[in-house]
Amino acid sequence: MADATTLTPVLSDRWDAERSWTLRTYESRGGYRGLRNALAMDPADVVTAVKDSGLRGRGGAGFPTGMKWGFLPEPDGGPRYLVVNADESEPGTCKDVPLMMADPQVLVEGVAITSYAIGCHHAFIYVRGEVVHVYRRLLQAVEEAYAAGYLGRDVLGSGYDLDVTVHAGAGAYICGEETALLDSLEGRRGQPRLKPPFPAVAGLYARPTVVNNVESVASVPGILVGGADWFRRMGTDRSPGHGLFSLSGHVQRPGQYEAPLGITMRELLAMAGGVREGHELKFWTPGGSSTPIFTAEHLDVPLTYEEVGAAGSMLGTRALQVFDETVSVVKAVSRWTQFYEHESCGKCTPCREGTFWLAQVLARLEAGRGTAGDIDLLLDLCDNILGKAFCALGDGATSPITSAIQHFREEFEAGTHTPADVLFPPERSALFPYTPRRTGRPATLTGVHA
Amino acid sequence: MTAVDQTVPGGGRSRAAYDEGTRARLAADAARVVARYPDPRSALLPLLHLVQSEDGYVSPAGIAFCAATLDLSAAQVSAVATFYTQYKRRPNGEYTVGVCTNTLCAIMGGDAIWEELTDRLGVGHDETTADGRITLERIECNAACDYAPVLMINWEFFDNQTPDSAAEVVGRLIAGEPVAPTRGPAQVPTFREMSRVLAGFPDGRADEGVGAGGPTLRGLALARENGWTAPPFDGDPGGPAGGDASGEPASAAAGSTPAGSAPEPGGTQSSVDRPAAGAPERTADQERAEHRADDTSEPAGDPGTTETTKES
Repeated sequence: MADATTLTPVLSDRWDAERSWTLRTYESRGGYRGLRNALAMDPADVVTAVKDSGLRGRGGAGFPTGMKWGFLPEPDGGPRYLVVNADESEPGTCKDVPLMMADPQVLVEGVAITSYAIGCHHAFIYVRGEVVHVYRRLLQAVEEAYAAGYLGRDVLGSGYDLDVTVHAGAGAYICGEETALLDSLEGRRGQPRLKPPFPAVAGLYARPTVVNNVESVASVPGILVGGADWFRRMGTDRSPGHGLFSLSGHVQRPGQYEAPLGITMRELLAMAGGVREGHELKFWTPGGSSTPIFTAEHLDVPLTYEEVGAAGSMLGTRALQVFDETVSVVKAVSRWTQFYEHESCGKCTPCREGTFWLAQVLARLEAGRGTAGDIDLLLDLCDNILGKAFCALGDGATSPITSAIQHFREEFEAGTHTPADVLFPPERSALFPYTPRRTGRPATLTGVHA
Repeated sequence: MTAVDQTVPGGGRSRAAYDEGTRARLAADAARVVARYPDPRSALLPLLHLVQSEDGYVSPAGIAFCAATLDLSAAQVSAVATFYTQYKRRPNGEYTVGVCTNTLCAIMGGDAIWEELTDRLGVGHDETTADGRITLERIECNAACDYAPVLMINWEFFDNQTPDSAAEVVGRLIAGEPVAPTRGPAQVPTFREMSRVLAGFPDGRADEGVGAGGPTLRGLALARENGWTAPPFDGDPGGPAGGDASGEPASAAAGSTPAGSAPEPGGTQSSVDRPAAGAPERTADQERAEHRADDTSEPAGDPGTTETTKES
């Protein structure tokens, strides 16, 4: 299995079942065996099992999940919380939403096991508000689980009590940052907190809290059934297990491909039928827009946390967005930067001001009105944000810019004289024929040519 | 905690208020929302969705209602309402039509769909047609990139769109006809109906629609075709590892606190710019005083460690 050439459906294995989202289907496919096993164990042994599996956070950071649980201080008699981060919003990332729509019960089971392991009696699932049908399915899944005795008082006769609240957000990318999510869940503006203290010490309502990504929590039931060794039979020693790889963009068959970590983009691209017919790969993101872009030279990098990191990017959320040669990298990066500008929460100056400056400079480069100093200006701005912003949003905003300049500097230089839409007519990138009505030039420009 | 009176915290200015019947009905709903959380303030986001289900936007009456329900000032409620894009400051159309124009969808054709719809409807971003039917938005990534380009109508998925398909579905909305998403309920609810769901009141449509669309199942289908599977579970592939599915769970004594016990504010500050949350006894007046004090305080500076990425 370690050769990483075949898919390993674990989470996705139930997605094609009839009425896959119901408890009945989930139980008929072995659901809740993991919880039964866990309840027969000491909670500390459940933590150990997940530690031994080597499961690392599937939300992007890759922090070992069991170790995160182990950071909670000793019980002091007060409440401890599990908060599931279901605020999937990173551009390109599209794994948790289909998982929760097709199979919400696996998440609920994961929540029950994780809560038991950490001594939590009230868990929360914070799902972004812009996916109403997912919220419906989660609400129903929790209701079904209560009715069947998997949640509520005296779970499966074990004496353990657990309540679960599914909470809908209201549209803010920053709430995917774990401390901003906690502020949002407390009914406040979603702005990040200074760390330390980390949520493990002072999280929700200033109580010890574990914040885990959907896919991380959903991976727990399998570990409790199959065991840590089973999980480690997939992936690599330092990046074990299965993961959802989401291919999108200019590929023949975009979609979700669940594979062992360590599979390469070349292998995944082949499974997806390759790049759009008649075109070739230009650049791709390994883990969403906040991870530095890769090119064809990175196709054989094993997609593990450490090897993608060593190659200059981050595994992130395995959001593999593929762009072919028709795409202007300046335009792509400019649009991502507008996203960060829009989503910056405004709490810290480097990000609040920096993303606005970056967006303006990129807009004039995209319009072919950049100045000779604009590339240096972009790099200088990025230098003033990276590592100096309050949270990772600011860092993420710089990743596409600095990596794109590194790989495609000449396109930014062309932005001093030719609009991106002239160099790369947008109709060539679209999946259907059309005639652009506008140049796509921003309405307002700043800078020397404005 | 849900006692509601007609006084509006935060000043003597007169504000719109709900009539008694509406207020009582909303108060009953609000009580159910508040009961989901250890700390009432956590109910603010769902309550704002609830207000939108009543008024089609976050109205002055709705802000006053939330403030009174949670013992906050109107300013505190407004500060939260204006932070999140799903809360509308003006009456929203019956349907929010959102075109994803983040990089990937835009390049795959989202920009063309946007041009088509903004021309056809004669409105721009976050603007509503004169008949109050449609509010058009440029939206950010909605986690359906493998279905690009994507259109969201009242936050239901319309996958793999073209300018023609988008124009067709919007035309049906204008004509008052029901429309069905690619993945979602049999019919898109109105903005107000949807807002009630987001407040946590199910509309009975969870079983409608598919479990997964084509792209979601691509990898699984390929695995089935090729006979690729994950390793079988240790021991018995059909049963749980090393055990009996009906085995008796041990008595769990992971913690001694009963579920739902109220949180106590911790001794450690959980945030640099405000006191530890969760003190239910704190009054709106105290909050206001604290916020004034906070205005002069600066964050402690560079956290130094920003290694964590989104969704850790």
